[in-house]
Amino acid sequence: MNVLGFPILSIMIAVPAVAAVLCLLMPGAPEQKAATARWLALAATLIDFALGVLLWTSFDVGGAQWQFQEYAPVFGRFAWAMGIDGIALMLIMLSVFLMPICIGASWIAITKRVPEYMAAFLLMETLMIGVFAAQDLFLFYIFFEAGLIPMYLIIGIWGGAERIYASYKFFLYTLLGSVLMLVAMLWMAREAGTTSVPALMAHDFPVQAQTWLFLAFFASFAVKMPMWPVHTWLPDAHVQAPTAGSVILAGVLLKMGGYGFIRFSLPMFPEASAQLVWLVLGLSMVAIVYTSLVALVQSDMKKLIAYSSVAHMAFVTFGLFAFNRQGLEGSLMVMLSHGLVSGALFLCVGVVYDRLHTREIDRYGGVAQNMPAYALLFLLFTMASVGLPGTSGFVGEFLAMMGVYQISSIAGFVAVTGIILGAAYMLYLYRRVVYGPLEKPDVAAMTDLSMREYALLVPIAAVVLWMGVYPQSFMAPMAKDVGFVLTRLDRARPSSDAQPTAGRAIAPAHAAEPAHAAEHGGAH
Amino acid sequence: MSTLSSIALTAPELLLSVGAIALLLWCAWGGDTATRAISIASVALLTAAAFLLLGPAGQGGPGFGGLYQADAFAAFAKLLIYIACAVGIIIAPRFFADGGSMRAEYPVLILLSAVGMGMMVSAGDLLTLYVGLELQSLAAYVLASFMRRDTRSAEAGLKYFVLGALASGILLYGISLVYGFTGTTDFGGIAAVFGTPAEEPVRLGRLFGLVFVFAGLAFKISAVPFHMWTPDVYEGAPTPVTALFATAQKVAAMALLLRVAIEAMGPATEEWRQIVIFCALASTILGGVAAIGQSNIKRLLAYSSINNVGFALFGLVPGTALGVSAVLTYMAVYVAMTLGAFLVVLQMRNARGAPVETIASLSGLSRTRPALAAAMAMFMFSLAGIPPLFGFWPKFLVFDAVVDIGLWPLAMIGIATSVIGAYYYLRIIKTMYFDEPAEAFAPGGSRVEGGLIAVAAVVVSPLGYLMIGPLGLLALNAAKALF
Repeated sequence: MNVLGFPILSIMIAVPAVAAVLCLLMPGAPEQKAATARWLALAATLIDFALGVLLWTSFDVGGAQWQFQEYAPVFGRFAWAMGIDGIALMLIMLSVFLMPICIGASWIAITKRVPEYMAAFLLMETLMIGVFAAQDLFLFYIFFEAGLIPMYLIIGIWGGAERIYASYKFFLYTLLGSVLMLVAMLWMAREAGTTSVPALMAHDFPVQAQTWLFLAFFASFAVKMPMWPVHTWLPDAHVQAPTAGSVILAGVLLKMGGYGFIRFSLPMFPEASAQLVWLVLGLSMVAIVYTSLVALVQSDMKKLIAYSSVAHMAFVTFGLFAFNRQGLEGSLMVMLSHGLVSGALFLCVGVVYDRLHTREIDRYGGVAQNMPAYALLFLLFTMASVGLPGTSGFVGEFLAMMGVYQISSIAGFVAVTGIILGAAYMLYLYRRVVYGPLEKPDVAAMTDLSMREYALLVPIAAVVLWMGVYPQSFMAPMAKDVGFVLTRLDRARPSSDAQPTAGRAIAPAHAAEPAHAAEHGGAH
Repeated sequence: MSTLSSIALTAPELLLSVGAIALLLWCAWGGDTATRAISIASVALLTAAAFLLLGPAGQGGPGFGGLYQADAFAAFAKLLIYIACAVGIIIAPRFFADGGSMRAEYPVLILLSAVGMGMMVSAGDLLTLYVGLELQSLAAYVLASFMRRDTRSAEAGLKYFVLGALASGILLYGISLVYGFTGTTDFGGIAAVFGTPAEEPVRLGRLFGLVFVFAGLAFKISAVPFHMWTPDVYEGAPTPVTALFATAQKVAAMALLLRVAIEAMGPATEEWRQIVIFCALASTILGGVAAIGQSNIKRLLAYSSINNVGFALFGLVPGTALGVSAVLTYMAVYVAMTLGAFLVVLQMRNARGAPVETIASLSGLSRTRPALAAAMAMFMFSLAGIPPLFGFWPKFLVFDAVVDIGLWPLAMIGIATSVIGAYYYLRIIKTMYFDEPAEAFAPGGSRVEGGLIAVAAVVVSPLGYLMIGPLGLLALNAAKALF
């Protein structure tokens, strides 16, 4: 057992699941059922959040790599194996932190079929925690793939006008990616003779096989992440999903891709990761420029933020495939920060959408005058998304860029243009919505944030600032696990074009030329 | 082995045969008023037969000089068959009640069919195989056209009969070739001959026999390209009969195929592997693509069964005990999923109580009948093989067996085809959950059917994963009986 004396991870998984079943089975009149379901969902997610806080406070930073482990071989071929390291801890914290906010965001906006809605979200929470806590290869796969079902229902039932197309696209796209991963997992379990993730992380797979395994996992994680060019499901899903659905999709589900890379692809297939680093960096470079430009011309707020998510996820892949500490820690911080910031941005869109029922940017303007508090919070999240120092966005993006520069100066260069473009589209969005004259009468009639909306946005704002000012709280639990991944990656680290190298001995006759090269950082 | 002890091995078939004949007499004298009692007696007989499997009938070994095999493999398949047959009897009265076509012969025909299926899975000789198959088929032809006044049912029966006869002809031709080139109809003897090298013409002759036998059996499991009869027969036959065809009959035919492939033609695995791979891939692809355009739920489930048979066939590709046990697990879970789906179809009745079969009539079912819709959604996700539903597990096992022998590229292609299938299963869920409600169905009313749906739903739910241990052990034990 663990320091707490009870299986906290299983309980965290069970609480929302039980609440979901209760939401569905509750008797009563429809109105009453809806109210009970709301409170039940809020209670369950808050309990999980409290358990999450307990988990974090009792996590021994710098202690054993895997903590809170549970093991029950109840499934024959695979086991109910739970356990977390610092990386999983942080992502679980992100999930349990965002869930009560999601429930709160749906409090008024969702009026039809509330019990089913709450049940779907609670199920989602169960599966998210399961993904991050699973220590068995196949258990991970089951949680990973099962998340498709509630999300499909959330988009399809409570989504916008094009919801059916979006829900199909989301489901089939991600399914195709993950079934290929399953075959790779089957092969790995046979080859290594174990399904335990920690054991597999320490197993050295044959180098020839690694490429195939890497590609199979890549198919799944790249779609989930999402990386260009398999990102097209994301804008559709985001635009059609209800606000809380977008929050959870951007906040947590996308992180499963990054988590998969750092948990599986990098430590299990280091050689293949090094061989294919050109592929990942290349796709990320395209993504960061292309999707930023696409975001710049969007007229739909949610679509703009969706494309900005793709661009931010490219920072994650940059950092992950930098093969150094700055890169890995930076990409983890980008994941956490993006989870909060994009979630908050979707909530900000939801705030005005609830009032005017449109996401067209041109329908707004001058909101700063009648909604000052909203404008302030929106500004903070915009700045965090741009990566302003002092906000969470800066830490991760800076580290990721620093990491990737060390492996490829070109990739580093392109990554920096992503920051500039990011500032461009976010500020452009902010200007069009918040500044300018307050001309439209229906916009002028909008009221500022309600207490409920404060309660949703202020906690996120606080954490965004905390992460920006003192990121050590979040990086400390992950440092040791990043170190472990680095030791796995050490033997395969690819060569780099951005390291200082010893200059050649200077022959007096040609003294001028090498000295000239050394001045410019010795690009060889 | 004495005849007496051989008789003990065939106890389930004997019980069912004698029982069926006795009940038939009861029908003749009692008439249709005795239907209910006869149905109950039939279910009791099936239960008793299932318990007999615990005795020598379950692990007694070969009987009647190898004509009959009473091993764990046969017992596993028979258990599934008896369960499916019993459900087929239980769900019938309400379906037939409206048309007034419920007749006392219905349960008796199912019993006879069960005897035939039992012989099929226990066959240790090509002739026992054929006799069992024909007994099962004859009963099935009558069952398909059981609603005599309904032209669709009559059409289904006729189509099934003509095409079934054709398949039997192909199979019989294959059997004659195999006999001609091996000199025996005994499975063990055939395997011994197949295991010895031969000159080119003889080898070719054996190969021809093998191909024809496989083609005939592929017809019975409705694997592409021998699937054409399935949608028409499934659509036309009365729904309880369709449920029986989609479950018990599939299990019997699949078990038969496994036994012939492993016990009789195991040494020729390399030769039949290509056939199985082709059928499996064609079934998963065509079963998925062709289902997309369907508007009738029974036709859709017919394509779903084609699709699933394709996935199960992947488990036969390796020709190993692991693969066979994966197929058996597949069939067990498939029976639960498919029976559940057909039970939901049985609930589809309009306000006047007449059965409806269009997919469109399911619109908005989640609001008019939330529990029923949730159960159907579970069956659909499960048939599509999406975790955490239990339908994922058998797919996992068959592809695991394929990866085990190193054919991972095939596993990749095969599993990718499951995405095609997912599309049309999702369509049902979309219709039930996303669309505006259509005319509500008549209230369910039957506790028994509701209970059966609940049981099936629990089996396919994540709780099903707790059965992995025992089910895997039973299936592996059964599979080892063939090696």
